[in-house]
Amino acid sequence: MTRHDLYLAWHYLRFHKTRSVILIACLSLIGSLPLSLHFLLDEGERQMTARAASTPLLVGAKGSSVDLTLSALYFSEATVPPVAMADADRVGETGWADALPVYSRFRVRGQPLVGVTLDYFDFRRLSPARGNMLALLGDCVLGSDAAEALGLEPGDTLLTTPENLFDLAGVYPLKLHVTGVLGKSHSPDEQAIFADLQTTWVIEGLGHGHTEQKPAARDGNQPFGQASVNLQADPKLLTYAEITPDNIDSFHFHGDPGSYPITAVIAVPHDRRAATLLKGRFLADDLKTQIVDPHAVTRSLLDSIFRIGALFDAVIILVGCATLLALGLVFSLSMRLRQRELQTIFLLGCSRLKVAQLVAAELVLLVIASGAVCWALLQGVERYGGPWVREFLIP
Amino acid sequence: MIAINRLHFQYPGAPFSLDIPEFHVASGEKLAIVGPSGAGKTTLLKLIAGILAPQHGTIHVDSTLLETLSDAARRAFRITRIGFVFQELELLEYLDVLDNILHTYRINPVLKLDAQVRERAAALAQDVGLGSKLKRMPRELSQGERQRVAVCRALLPKPALILADEATGNLDPANKVRILELLFRATEGSDTSLVAVTHDHELLPRFDRVVDFMGFHGAAA
Repeated sequence: MTRHDLYLAWHYLRFHKTRSVILIACLSLIGSLPLSLHFLLDEGERQMTARAASTPLLVGAKGSSVDLTLSALYFSEATVPPVAMADADRVGETGWADALPVYSRFRVRGQPLVGVTLDYFDFRRLSPARGNMLALLGDCVLGSDAAEALGLEPGDTLLTTPENLFDLAGVYPLKLHVTGVLGKSHSPDEQAIFADLQTTWVIEGLGHGHTEQKPAARDGNQPFGQASVNLQADPKLLTYAEITPDNIDSFHFHGDPGSYPITAVIAVPHDRRAATLLKGRFLADDLKTQIVDPHAVTRSLLDSIFRIGALFDAVIILVGCATLLALGLVFSLSMRLRQRELQTIFLLGCSRLKVAQLVAAELVLLVIASGAVCWALLQGVERYGGPWVREFLIP
Repeated sequence: MIAINRLHFQYPGAPFSLDIPEFHVASGEKLAIVGPSGAGKTTLLKLIAGILAPQHGTIHVDSTLLETLSDAARRAFRITRIGFVFQELELLEYLDVLDNILHTYRINPVLKLDAQVRERAAALAQDVGLGSKLKRMPRELSQGERQRVAVCRALLPKPALILADEATGNLDPANKVRILELLFRATEGSDTSLVAVTHDHELLPRFDRVVDFMGFHGAAA
């Protein structure tokens, strides 16, 4: 094949633009579709397993282990029954593992609001790229994607929203102070808003701050005077919607902190033996909690996805074969239409081998162009596939 | 230039046969062949060009016995020594005028395409009145202009023999004369011979010799 063959082939393909573009589009799609799908599945597997592999054990309410894993690791919207803070304390008290409570019930403007302790940030190796870490009640730090989605920077405020306007005793609207934006972690943490666990309990309505209440007027029926707990409700009582240095001291919680809700406990065993012992602790049927290995749960979930992936592969191979046959038909029909042209070339002194070379040059150019388009598509998938997988593939 | 002796040709499985006891064309001669359709005029040109091979007899072109050449050598001979202006030799729609003229050089390794050839192609186009249309595509040309491009393509390798088959067939009178002038001019001042099949009897007086093809066919029958 000479440069003249390629020159003639290039002019032929350029002259028949529409046909060439359709052929290139078909060939590049045949090549890029299965590769892209595999890349996305591999990327999904990598992201899910990496997150799961870095989370040794999860303790949560009995029920779906998948929902528990998705909620605690990926902050999905799956509703999992809460467990009590005392369950986290119990894991810690065994001395076999560190317990990291997670409360991921809320969402603010579409982003998950996650209550954690500062240990969580050390465990996930998260640190602020801009601003500072949480310091006070009412502070929050944003994952990088969440900051971008909400258009917030350190120093801004973010108002949590009631989930239900008619649930007056439900979620407490609270103005959060954004103290920092976390660096890129290529994990679901990028999409989350993190607040201190106690802040989420304030949002839950378990803690609040308000103006000081006046004692009720002396009552003749109470000869021993006014009891300190016997305060009179005042309709003008001001409940704070923002925690500031001036009112932070007025914030307080009611009830037993051990009964406060969390959605999961990340248990980080000190060694393999400790992990085995800890798992044994949760084997009893009468417990209201369960312990799961997120890696095993994720693997079983991925196995289902890959079974679907294999089905996709089979479909794509069939469609690809059909498309190649159709392309072959188009090409052979175009050869018949080009009989006069090929006869001219032959009569001008071209050998049949040369005619074949000219046709081959066209195929080579088509394949090169399709390869280039396929490569560009795959580059795009590689570049944008990761975030896309995080957004759409991971629940 | 051309010497044919006791030629017999028959297409496989076809009743038609062509028998030519003797046929000569001198160097620099301009010969017209006339005759009814189906008499074998085009077949004769293809035999002279080495595109077809006879079952019997000999064909010498420019002192070369075609039968002794291999397929590749016969093709190389055809490309370098013979110029075709056949009606069935179309221009390639996807190449502009200049590239169509140069096309023979691109598809044949025996011809070397260099700057000199390009200049000669442009000069030929200028000569036939297409100098300003080198970048035009064939669909933008009139029938006469397309035929002039085909003539330029045939003349570019400076052939020793020009074979023209109904080269003026579909043209208006003015263009017929123009094409014929071009072919005659290519033979002037050189030993280049011209063998042209034509139905245009008004053009015949301009040839050196006219051969009525019915004679050959009749003799064979």
